[in-house]
Amino acid sequence: MAASAERQVHDSADTPQVDVKKIRELLDANDGARIRTWLSICARCGLCAESCFFYLAHDKDPKLSPAYKFKNTLGELYKRKGRVDWDFLKRCADIVWGECTTCKRCSLYCPFGIDIATMIAVTRTILYSQGITPEGLARAVVNYRETGNQMGMSSEDFIDTCEWMAEETQDEVKGVTIPIDKKGAKYMYTVNPREPMFYPQDLAQAAQIFTVAGEDWTMPSTGWDCTNLPMFAGDKALAGQVVRNMYEKAVELGVQYILITECGHAFRSALFEGPYLAGYPDGKPPVPIVHSVQLFYEYLRDGRIQIDPAKRLKEPVTYQDPCNVSRNGGLWEEGRKLVQFLAEDFRDMSPNREYNHCCGGGGGFIPMGPEYKPKRMASGRVKAEQIRATGAKVVIAPCHNCFDQLSDLNKEYELGIRVVSLKELICEMMIIPDKFKPDEEEAPEE
Amino acid sequence: MSGLYQFLTGPALWATFVIFLGGLAVRIAFLYGLSKERDRVFYNHMDWNWAIKSIVHWLVPWGSVSMRRQLVFSLVFFLFHVGILAVPLFLAAHNLLWDEAFGVSLWSMPDAWADALTLMVLACALFLLVRRLVRPEVRILTTPWDYTVLVGTALPFLTGFCAYHHWGPYDLMLILHVLTSEILLICIPFTKLGHMVLFFFTRAFIGFEMGARRGARTW
Repeated sequence: MAASAERQVHDSADTPQVDVKKIRELLDANDGARIRTWLSICARCGLCAESCFFYLAHDKDPKLSPAYKFKNTLGELYKRKGRVDWDFLKRCADIVWGECTTCKRCSLYCPFGIDIATMIAVTRTILYSQGITPEGLARAVVNYRETGNQMGMSSEDFIDTCEWMAEETQDEVKGVTIPIDKKGAKYMYTVNPREPMFYPQDLAQAAQIFTVAGEDWTMPSTGWDCTNLPMFAGDKALAGQVVRNMYEKAVELGVQYILITECGHAFRSALFEGPYLAGYPDGKPPVPIVHSVQLFYEYLRDGRIQIDPAKRLKEPVTYQDPCNVSRNGGLWEEGRKLVQFLAEDFRDMSPNREYNHCCGGGGGFIPMGPEYKPKRMASGRVKAEQIRATGAKVVIAPCHNCFDQLSDLNKEYELGIRVVSLKELICEMMIIPDKFKPDEEEAPEE
Repeated sequence: MSGLYQFLTGPALWATFVIFLGGLAVRIAFLYGLSKERDRVFYNHMDWNWAIKSIVHWLVPWGSVSMRRQLVFSLVFFLFHVGILAVPLFLAAHNLLWDEAFGVSLWSMPDAWADALTLMVLACALFLLVRRLVRPEVRILTTPWDYTVLVGTALPFLTGFCAYHHWGPYDLMLILHVLTSEILLICIPFTKLGHMVLFFFTRAFIGFEMGARRGARTW
């Protein structure tokens, strides 16, 4: 009783009211066998600590061990049955958004296989229900709700951009088109809105690759944003709606596959978490999901795209495993085999593959905005050191978040690297077959 | 004193076994039911192959990347568990009691082995206790209850060892041995010691969720 009196005193100040009832509802809804078991059997052995790059980057600060983080957020919420004050929730927010990218590396290092990232995600949902979420994510959530994509781009602008890019690209590859809403296409290509908004050449590059590979593809006029920031913001209902938009468009168009751009969390959302978020009882997406890393690898393996040997990278190259493409997506070998086609001197990071560290920009960190950047740079030290140790001059990052984070780390830690996407490299190096070569007279002679 | 001993090895022992086994059974049945109700969707990805691999790699010493990162700790951790399971099950004195009561018993190990294993368990428990105290990432997680559970796990071994070697008053040691063992068994289903069986379920889950769906090894 003393506690509730205390809370009232506290709440009578300027801080918002905590909706304990809502918290309890969410605690109850998530109180399944998994979370109940995880919370009750954690032996507090501390083995998870060394798996976490936040912990490693901050000189082994014990408060950054994964077990500490879930114990002091979701664990505490259950223990107190949701009767917590505003300060507690703010502390939780600092932990679940500022000290965890839900990269899931710790669940590989826990003797019981406790999935801490899932518990962090549940905590985010609870905080979201109290109106607590990083500003950058909150803005994106509004955009998704109003326009179906995180950057609030209108359908007209999107289609115009596609047309514009298709036209621009004629100089590089003749006959490039970006088909919109083509029924029955093999692949429905979905992207991160930053591509049409800020880096439209990404669309152009994808179109060149698909054209040269003779692919049957299309872009949808709606549901083209495969990202899912509500998943990271804690808005579970909207996160489900976002994937449903994409799934339903694919079903409507009757495509065989949904193809995901070089984005990590979009793959995690579309293939793994999406069916859970959207409440599909079989836990599977209605249309098979393919990631660009997989498809590009198949193009090169099968010779549908050929690389000009003279253009292969000569300088040392390393590959950044995006958590949600490698560990949480299973494509670490495809990524490596793909790099073999593009680079002569490949040097792997250590650790690598499913054990690779998060870049420090995942889990919503990059879109969370500039106020989180200092934290992002500090915890990115582990990645910067991994890259430096390889001696690589080029880092291939098939994920937009990794790309941004590595570009920032490059400046912060003076790594002297070039960060590139697969699309960019493939376009630089692929042999354009004669039938796609632009007509001589159209190409201006220098 | 002998009346107390009779009680502890009679009705109290029966009660202990019922609570221990029944408690574990009820806890598993409850969690299974709950999982069917609330975590049903995950059963779609159930895969025995990945589940078993995920379990076995964590039962074998240094079978996982995580254990290989902390060689000493994982060895201690392994030996501790071996001793805890082997001594109570295969101690000749225990088997004699089983034989007297039901005419059946398990294989018995030589007393010298049991002695060595018991000392090993105690040494491991001491190591784990010190580790909890000195390693910051473990100390920060540790609650008074964690120390209690660790000491509580070691006590039956300490008292059993003293009784066998007639250190201290024999009758008292024996009673303390039976009593601490019964308390420990009764606590297992209701505490984190439930990992004795729940380990297999959580490992299986993460094994197929990461393995069967993504091909990622959780060891």
